[in-house]
Amino acid sequence: MSRAGEARGPGSRGPFLRAHAWLIYLFLYAPIAILVVFSFNKATQTAVWQGFTTEWYGSLVHNELILTAVRNSLIVGVAATLLATVFGTLVALALGRYAFRGEGFTRNLLYLPIIIPEIVVGAALVTFFGVVGLRLSLVTVVIAHVVFSVSYVAIVVRARLSGFDRSLEEAALDLGARPLQTFWRVTLPLILPGIVSGALLVFTVSIDDYVITSFVAGVGATTLPLQIYSMLKVGVTPEVNAVSTLLLLLTVILIVIAQRLQQPPPEGVRD
Amino acid sequence: MKRARDPRSKIRNPAFPLVLPTWLVLGVFFLLPLTILFVISFAQRGTYGSLRPIEDFGHYVTSGKILANYARSLHPIYLQIFWRSLWMAVVTTVLCLALSYPVAYYIAVVAPPRRRNFLLGLAVVPFWTSFLIRTYAWMFLLRTEGLINRTLLSAGLVSHPLELLYNNFAVLIGLLYGEIPFMILPLFASLEKLDLSLLEASADLGASRASTFLRVTVPLTMPGIVAGIILVFVPSLGQFIVSDLLGGARTILAGNLIQNQFAVARNKPFGSAVAFELTAAVLALLFVYTIYTRRKGQDVLL
Amino acid sequence: MGSDHSVEIRGLTKRFGDVAAVDAVSMDIRRGEFFSLLGPSGCGKTTLLRMIGGFELPSEGRIAIDGADVTLRPPYERPVNMVFQHYALFPHLSVEANVAFGLRYKGVDRARQPEVVREALALVQLSGFEKRLPHQLSGGQRQRVALARALALKPSVLLLDEPLGALDQKLRKEVQVQLKHLQRELGITFIFVTHDQEEALTMSDRIAVMNRGRVEQMDEAARVFERPATEFVAHFMGAANFFSARVREAAGGTLSLALAAGGEVRLPLNGTRYRPDEPVRFVVRPEKLDLRARDLSAHGVPSVAVTIEDRVYQGISTMWIVRDSADERFVVYEQNEKPFEEASRFAVGGRAFLCWNPSHAVVIRPEAEPS
Repeated sequence: MSRAGEARGPGSRGPFLRAHAWLIYLFLYAPIAILVVFSFNKATQTAVWQGFTTEWYGSLVHNELILTAVRNSLIVGVAATLLATVFGTLVALALGRYAFRGEGFTRNLLYLPIIIPEIVVGAALVTFFGVVGLRLSLVTVVIAHVVFSVSYVAIVVRARLSGFDRSLEEAALDLGARPLQTFWRVTLPLILPGIVSGALLVFTVSIDDYVITSFVAGVGATTLPLQIYSMLKVGVTPEVNAVSTLLLLLTVILIVIAQRLQQPPPEGVRD
Repeated sequence: MKRARDPRSKIRNPAFPLVLPTWLVLGVFFLLPLTILFVISFAQRGTYGSLRPIEDFGHYVTSGKILANYARSLHPIYLQIFWRSLWMAVVTTVLCLALSYPVAYYIAVVAPPRRRNFLLGLAVVPFWTSFLIRTYAWMFLLRTEGLINRTLLSAGLVSHPLELLYNNFAVLIGLLYGEIPFMILPLFASLEKLDLSLLEASADLGASRASTFLRVTVPLTMPGIVAGIILVFVPSLGQFIVSDLLGGARTILAGNLIQNQFAVARNKPFGSAVAFELTAAVLALLFVYTIYTRRKGQDVLL
Repeated sequence: MGSDHSVEIRGLTKRFGDVAAVDAVSMDIRRGEFFSLLGPSGCGKTTLLRMIGGFELPSEGRIAIDGADVTLRPPYERPVNMVFQHYALFPHLSVEANVAFGLRYKGVDRARQPEVVREALALVQLSGFEKRLPHQLSGGQRQRVALARALALKPSVLLLDEPLGALDQKLRKEVQVQLKHLQRELGITFIFVTHDQEEALTMSDRIAVMNRGRVEQMDEAARVFERPATEFVAHFMGAANFFSARVREAAGGTLSLALAAGGEVRLPLNGTRYRPDEPVRFVVRPEKLDLRARDLSAHGVPSVAVTIEDRVYQGISTMWIVRDSADERFVVYEQNEKPFEEASRFAVGGRAFLCWNPSHAVVIRPEAEPS
């Protein structure tokens, strides 16, 4: 009924829906856009445009606190991502391949960190570290980040696995490859995009996390979101806009790449 | 081609080394801390923020002192906070649903197929960016020296700046802003699977557009609606950042209360009690959701 | 166990819970033969194939390949290769990488591999396709790559799991002939699973017809078709024209039967013992039945009076549905030899006589009671 290339569905409702959708998109992006624009504003305290400048970005580079925070965020991000990706991938493989006792328990266990409010998780962790006498530091931050990241990786990789054609592995075994060789030459290459995608996702989440990190970061373990937060509490300055813009940019780039990697492979040709 | 999950080809033991690291990490650094927190919620705060030692445990239990924190949380001051958290979460969820459904419908049904990925991507990106930064953006806009007030003043629409920040309104806007992407995605997922020929059949049988929407579209996309509601309501309930940055002293939510107890008031036991009440509420909701999905036989993430 | 059998199976059983997908199956498959496992979905043929390949462990029984017991050996330790139903080509590898995949496990060194790949691709007429990726190939081409990949390893037995299922009619028929020629040329034992009896007949030397985990009949292809051994096989091969009768006399090379529809029929006796008055059923294939206007029993030709219920034009043949006085229904295929303008002697609602050559009748023993 609808011609190729045309929008399908109810005809005359189209324009209204389109307008509404774009309004919502505007609502979603305008504040961010304004934030970004004003990071180039010459004025300090006001929201009045006083000319274009990149001085705030320049001053970021000289800001010791910011630089330390960035370094800390990267350390935590990389460490937590590596660990979470490995753990999460292994669990996803287990859930997708094997039947084992404790399968249901594992699933629910993985859902919990996503479901339970960050506030509660943060409070629990800081209390725990206190009880066992572990001093708050970057290490505790990494631990906390791994805790909430494993689930994300597991979900993403599991999704990739569920579309996986098991007969490919049987074919490899049939052709002489042992299980480990099969995993290495067939399974892993095919789920790798999913694994990398999951890794990028949790890196992003780690870089952006505030609530849990605020509970478990010790002195000297300030990450970028923590630093931004304290800058916010002091006062709104274009510097905050600048660092926010950079962080947003990084996030968007990583997410776009992660999304691309999750695209399914191309279809075949007709006979 | 997907081979159905064949129980015949699953082997028993190789799974254990795969799940062990995760069990250890989550067991030690997640379940254990939560348990400790739970236990602490029955204790009392001692000097310098530590715990007060209990002399007579038997008496402690029977006299009801053990539930002192929970009892305290029922005090009107705190009930007010819980109530505020609740109605804010409800309002946010309802508004989110109302605003997001048309967007998801547009992307999934109306928009040309080749644009779909792009449009969805546009909706997804905010989903993953920093909640802190997105909330700050509204701080920037709503301040007395912020852009909105500046624009209104210079346009002559108001004589002095509006108090847009540090009230319920600001918190609601912030919540709405933060949560809309969380609603769009599950709605889209459900709408994408919608068989349009059903809508055509409904129209063919004489139903008006509104009628088709209510009697066909909504019931068929209910899984997405329910998922979206859960994905928005739960985080809204436990919200901290939005109320911290955009709310004032009169807009404290449950999340702020908890954080306050841990960071400032140093009353961990009481903070734990409130934390667990929040958790209980969330888990109860999810329990209901699980029953709903199990009955409907939905796809599971894991 | 003899060694001119490629594959020897003894008492093979596979249970899933309480259900036996394969139930105490025994068979010997000869070296170099084209052997088919034929049956409806769920009959156990694929499970049996998978056990031979090593993808399922039997619950009971033994499998030997080339004289060696492989029952518990994993797939990578068997001299057997499989062509999967949906080809299972590795999507991230080129055609040549796919075909070369197993060569390193056979000890073929790097330098020699391209040559082996080239030979294998030439066998399936895909020379020049080395650099392509699976998603750039059509279904038929993918199937040939899967074949080349398996054959490159020079297995003693090739297993094929309904590999032609996804191809359209015309292509299927072409590939059937090509596969048959290929098998002859290579001299490898082929074990082929299909639910299509025509396909099995076209390509196989011998066929095993399976039903509910058991082998109903295992014979040369033509024999399965012309001489079904059980009721199931008769139905499956389209020979479901059952005549009921009782034994009158069984002596002197002749079996005399009294038909339920009345009248007597004499069939060649093949050494089976019959008791007097024993109930017996026999089938005659539809294309072996003739409609005649007159009763020919006096000439020694079995004739049964029938009424004509239906007539369906099928291009090559005409299908007649007729019914005898014992209310048994029969299907007759009549070759359309006469010009179609010429009117038929018979019409729906009319009467005729059903006749056949006595040696075309196949006596079916009653089904054995399930244990």
